Amino acid sequence: MSPQPRFTVRLRFTKQGKIRFTSHRDVARLFERALRKLRLPISYSEGFSPRPRVSFGLALSVAHESDAEYLDIDLVTPIDLEDLPSRLCEALPDGLTVVAAQHIEPGTASLQEAISSCRWLIEVLDQPMDDVTAAVSTLLNATELPLERQRKGKTTVVDVRPCVLELEVVGPTPNGVQLAALLSTEPVSLRPSEFISALSIAEPSLTDVREGWVRRTHQFTTTSDGHRSEPIAVPEPSPATEQTPEPADSSAMAGAGGGR
Amino acid sequence: MVNFDPHCSALQPLDCNPVTSVWPLLEPRLAHVQKPARYIGCEDGAKAKAPDPALVSWLFTYPDTYEIGLPNQGLQILYEIINERPDGRADRSYAPWHDLEAIMRADGIPLFSVEHHTPASEFDVIAFGVSAELTYTNVVNCIDLAGIPLRAADRTLEHSLVVAGGHCMFNPEPLAPFLDAVVLGDGEEAVGEMTDVIVAHRASESGSRHDLLMALAQVEGVYVPALYEPSYDSVTGHLIATTPLFDGVPAQIEKRTIADLGEWPYPKEQLVPLTEVVHDRLNVEVFRGCTRGCRFCQAGMITRPVRERPADQVRTMVKKGVERTGYDEVSLTSLSTADFSDIQDTVSGIMDDSDEAGCGPLSVSLPSLRVDAFGVGISAQLQRAKRGGLTFAPEAGTWRMRQIINKLIREEDLYEAVDAAFSQGWQRVKLYFLIGLPSETDEDTLGIAELAKNCVEIGKKYNKRASVTASVGGFVPKPFTPFQWFGQNTAEELQRKVNLLRDATRRSKGVQLKWHDPEATFAEGLASRGDRRIADVIETVWRNGGTFQEWSECFELDRWTNALAEHEIGEEFFTYRHRNLDEGLPWDHLSAGLHKDFLWDDWQDSLAEVGLPDCRWTPCYDCGACTGYGIEHVVASATPPAGGSQGTGQDLETGGAVPVTLLTGPR
Repeated sequence: MSPQPRFTVRLRFTKQGKIRFTSHRDVARLFERALRKLRLPISYSEGFSPRPRVSFGLALSVAHESDAEYLDIDLVTPIDLEDLPSRLCEALPDGLTVVAAQHIEPGTASLQEAISSCRWLIEVLDQPMDDVTAAVSTLLNATELPLERQRKGKTTVVDVRPCVLELEVVGPTPNGVQLAALLSTEPVSLRPSEFISALSIAEPSLTDVREGWVRRTHQFTTTSDGHRSEPIAVPEPSPATEQTPEPADSSAMAGAGGGR
Repeated sequence: MVNFDPHCSALQPLDCNPVTSVWPLLEPRLAHVQKPARYIGCEDGAKAKAPDPALVSWLFTYPDTYEIGLPNQGLQILYEIINERPDGRADRSYAPWHDLEAIMRADGIPLFSVEHHTPASEFDVIAFGVSAELTYTNVVNCIDLAGIPLRAADRTLEHSLVVAGGHCMFNPEPLAPFLDAVVLGDGEEAVGEMTDVIVAHRASESGSRHDLLMALAQVEGVYVPALYEPSYDSVTGHLIATTPLFDGVPAQIEKRTIADLGEWPYPKEQLVPLTEVVHDRLNVEVFRGCTRGCRFCQAGMITRPVRERPADQVRTMVKKGVERTGYDEVSLTSLSTADFSDIQDTVSGIMDDSDEAGCGPLSVSLPSLRVDAFGVGISAQLQRAKRGGLTFAPEAGTWRMRQIINKLIREEDLYEAVDAAFSQGWQRVKLYFLIGLPSETDEDTLGIAELAKNCVEIGKKYNKRASVTASVGGFVPKPFTPFQWFGQNTAEELQRKVNLLRDATRRSKGVQLKWHDPEATFAEGLASRGDRRIADVIETVWRNGGTFQEWSECFELDRWTNALAEHEIGEEFFTYRHRNLDEGLPWDHLSAGLHKDFLWDDWQDSLAEVGLPDCRWTPCYDCGACTGYGIEHVVASATPPAGGSQGTGQDLETGGAVPVTLLTGPR
């Protein structure tokens, strides 16, 4: 059988509200069902168990929200992208919102390969503002930050200081302090949960540091001249909307709880 | 400066809504439990009828995890039916896993619905679907987590009614003290009539829970345990009878049966979960009931007669369901789907619709495959793509044993089916067997190993790596079957038989033996045929931490034997002891339509190794399931499939070493 022609569409979507408690695999299944509902000309793998050819970017941990998730889908014929985001939103559950779609050139690096850093909003629970602020500046002044971590069953010690590209205190929350961090994903990656541990390594007086609400706001690739850019840029939400993600959650609650 | 997110603010006052929600308490804790998606609801198909005190509210609860409970078709059907009523609304709930339960108990969060996260105690009715005895301790746990009194006798009008239905509830006695009402048989009509009763009781301003229970007991198919009392023989401890305590309640409660499945095309919008569950596919019920007459099978006995869904309705439900859900797999469900009269045309139609729709490849599965080449042929037509494993249930290892259980499959039938499967590209065959059947000898048990080995040899003709899994379960006698009088094998005896099979298959490459834990089989037997005296044992097991007893990692026999000892009940009394016709059975005051003398005669025929044909295509032998309710089989075809009354095409007269005598009825 000759290989089918392929046209790749890249989607950018958000994951907000109750649905943030689903896993990366759950989201993959939800998209697969939505794509079938729309009867898009999806390219399927060959063999006994054909699967739609879709590839996701970096996994998002269960319970984390995101403004910037990506998905590539392979089609056998090109399609009109204009109404694709809105049609997909119809077919997807509340909380998964496709915000942009564009064709990408054959040979474009996969999302997994291309992403080099992510920007996060991370809440540190139950710690005084002053202590967290002090820990942030200690971390930023540190020359190295050895973190013991487990990958593929092995425990290794890695210097994760180079992974923290930017870090600032956003302000207090009712349950702690919110930080904004730009964390690298390659050559070494640092996850928000590991970043929280790194914070107490930088400032040992900060004990029992726990992660609260976390949201990925951006994923970046690095161009050859060293600039960061998003796989698909969308207009930045105004500070007002960024500060009040409440509608996302309350609409999710209204969807399930308030009657439709 | 303040850039906080309200997602973190757990401390919204609980009464910010007219109706309370535990969500603000739950949400910040969900990041710390396994698989939190099972507690958020938001399924496609979920009904969002807002809480309203004017409506009669039902909380349909499955007493196991979300992954096991969500796909339950019975609860999904009743959930839709109640939500369609202008005077009713329904939410769903599932048993929280240990990690969340610990948090809920520590922080005072009650059992909640997944739609609105409403506390369970705010519903008028908490209704359990009970399809496995080992979930009984979870039923008790859920009642406790709801924050209402555990025992029905301690509840007042302000408390929810606790109701249960499902196959296990044909003997509800082990749970009777915890339940206000039990629904026998099909619930489609009964839940509506119960809602009517609750509406009328509210309007009457009677203020008496007893009045409400008396009124519920007037609904056909509804059993109110508190209105009945068992009596026991003071010498033997045997049950004498369970009789009404009040005038005006029936001495025997008859099950409900919907006559025409075509009038109930439910679920119309099957729930599509956000996270992975068992049977994660579109499920369309093609018929209810089975008359093959397998004597061990409670489902086949209590769901008679056969009621097929019209073939065009099946096709429409599949087509619309696939379009709506985006599922790429459909299961046509029933107790034996290859027996569906129009199966060939229906399957062709479904595949044509799928090709036309262009939603991508569709896989259709028949969950309970008949043991013959016909069933394999249908499966080949359906599963164009995935051909991983096929499952057959010969149930016993020798023809003698299969006559005793009335599963009249010859060895040749099985080999033909297995040959067809391997030759058409399937890689694995799974065979289901029971051990501990009446009059079983070691020769019968070892016959299982022989069959499995022979099936591997057949497979090797086509595939060097052909593998056959023999899955062996200990037989638990169930109420309303001909085997209801049979004393279950002891856990030790079942283990001995498992060991025989392990030895017999150890050197056979290609045969994989799997078995159920005989100790869990003991507990299942205790609950299956126990009476009200077992309720204390169940409560004690639960109090000692014994929840999720279906999960092997959670089951400990000691909890059960210690509880039995604490309540001075011998292990053999309910489980291992053979019963006689003169002993009262805990379900004698309930009826699945089957005449007790029919069951007894069938039990005697069984011991005489006499088979009984499928009455769909032979004269009626008056089991009672049709005649008692004035209904009949609804089948589209008067011809038995593939030429035989048991559907496998074999000639029963010459089928095996022991000649089969066919009974002719009515008797």
